[in-house]
Amino acid sequence: MSDYLNLFFTFARIGGLTFGGGYAMLPMLQKEVVEKHQWATEEELMDYYAIGQCTPGVIAVNTATFVGQRTKGTLGGIVATLGVVFPSMVIITVIAAFLSNFAELAVVKNAFAGIRVCVCVLIFNAVTKLWKKSVTDRPALVICLAVLAGSVFLDLSPVIFVVLAGVAGVLIQNWKEKRA
Amino acid sequence: MILLRLFLEFFKVGLFAVGGGMATVPFLSKMGAATGWFSQAQLADMIAVSESTPGPIGVNMATYVGFATAGVPGSVIATLGLITPSVIVVLIVARVLTAFRDSKLVKNIFYGLRPASTGLIAAAGIGVVRICLLNPDKYALTGMLSDLIQWKGILLAAVLVVLTRFVKPTKDLHPVVFIALAAAAGILFRFAGA
Repeated sequence: MSDYLNLFFTFARIGGLTFGGGYAMLPMLQKEVVEKHQWATEEELMDYYAIGQCTPGVIAVNTATFVGQRTKGTLGGIVATLGVVFPSMVIITVIAAFLSNFAELAVVKNAFAGIRVCVCVLIFNAVTKLWKKSVTDRPALVICLAVLAGSVFLDLSPVIFVVLAGVAGVLIQNWKEKRA
Repeated sequence: MILLRLFLEFFKVGLFAVGGGMATVPFLSKMGAATGWFSQAQLADMIAVSESTPGPIGVNMATYVGFATAGVPGSVIATLGLITPSVIVVLIVARVLTAFRDSKLVKNIFYGLRPASTGLIAAAGIGVVRICLLNPDKYALTGMLSDLIQWKGILLAAVLVVLTRFVKPTKDLHPVVFIALAAAAGILFRFAGA
């Protein structure tokens, strides 16, 4: 029991103290998982973290499930995951309840009109960062632009683009191999 | 039944959003348009709050949307919906760790998924730019190009781009700093005209 509680509270601390999720979480993970609790070695943690990035969903959640599973099996994975999301749920619910009461104030309206401009810039920065990592050659560029144009001009679910892009990735890589 | 729908919608996001918190934005943008649960402007506010509070951005977004849609039960159900596919997939992958890590098929799929995710986020970004930096409604009414553009917003965006990308001492600051700065500018220069 105390092992599970330990997993829950360790990941709750990691979730509650990292701003910005996935990428900002690594230093905290190293300190808690590797140094303090020795649930994984440095190399193992890097593996989990890398795989957490290439399984679907939120990176922080995936990494938490991974470490929990390796430490205490399936239940450990679930407990660690609930731990990492717990602080978010409390903090966001409080803020959302607070904001919905003050949304009509002029000062709040003006503040959020300014903040939205910042959100545009943050999304733009996220796109350029991801662009550098994902658009590695010409076929990848074509996929990126096709999905961009498709989702701006067609009223389709993003799910369709994700599935098509996965299939395209396999076909393109096979084709490249045959040509080489 | 709204709770069941919330769970399923977020299950879909958790299963198909690849590449971190921002990757959930295109799904949420579509979700808002399809269900009427929240507007694009509200979505932008939620992104800002999620970026400036602790915790993974994707989880924060799910909690926020869930709360805005169906109160506290909504926030719990939306978050559980988001993390359920992750937990299932990771628990399976953890059992076949080495096979998954060395799989060429997985690598090839992700070769296609990553640029697609970038394209999706860019498209969602264009949607946010439309409501934050442009006045499409006013432009349709007057036909004046000068009415299409929100000059104050463009100016602030330009300043923020320079601060977040090019100025060395400010480049590595946490986004919450820039969100606070933008809020101050919004209040000072009455961005909403209120």
